[in-house]
Amino acid sequence: MTIESKNESGKLTLTITGRLDTSTSPKLEEELKASYEGVTELVFDLQKLEYISSAGLRVLLSAQKTMNKQGIMKLINAREEIMEIFEITGFTDILTIE
Amino acid sequence: MTEKKKFRFKVNADVNELQRVLDFVDVCVQGFDCSPKTMIQINVSVEEIFVNIAHYAYSDKTGEAVIEVEIIDELKTAAITFIDCGIKYDPLAKPDPDVTLSAKDRKIGGLGIFMTKKFMDELLYEYRDGQNVFCMKKKL
Repeated sequence: MTIESKNESGKLTLTITGRLDTSTSPKLEEELKASYEGVTELVFDLQKLEYISSAGLRVLLSAQKTMNKQGIMKLINAREEIMEIFEITGFTDILTIE
Repeated sequence: MTEKKKFRFKVNADVNELQRVLDFVDVCVQGFDCSPKTMIQINVSVEEIFVNIAHYAYSDKTGEAVIEVEIIDELKTAAITFIDCGIKYDPLAKPDPDVTLSAKDRKIGGLGIFMTKKFMDELLYEYRDGQNVFCMKKKL
């Protein structure tokens, strides 16, 4: 899994490529913790995300909880298979997915 | 007669072995030309169950897990069984998380086994001869 990060005056876009699983999710969590300060809009570009397990879902939920206090968060470009996971877990109702 | 193929993989119950476990299961089901959706569903379920065993079965000691994959050609079904000798634990006994709560009220946890229940066609847990035996079946 690789994370490409772009910060434009408070809008942080993270493009995630590969698999977000038990082994890789801590890396995303660390990246987020180091980047939250001053962020008012957090965007996850998931076009290249191939796989997500509950470990990855936990990081996204935790990011949403943090962003609830300081701005907005959205997920964009998720593939159909990933969208199905969001749907089944009710994440489509609690996260902004475009 | 229904043809069955059975594969067996013994591994340390350690999260660092996750990729090898996933690769083993992938190889067993290859040849069925599963859709990306089915493959993700199998991968997620295998990950959730194996990681659970790795984290909790042996507490802070080390132990092993056996993963058996049985392919029933005629039914185009895979039966994936996890066996460990750790603490008695039935993953199906845990109540499902409430997936209708808001982000604020959502608990972080319990989603793994919940997804496994949704993605697999059949789940069975048994405690047999001091072993946790968890079997999940999925039509390929």
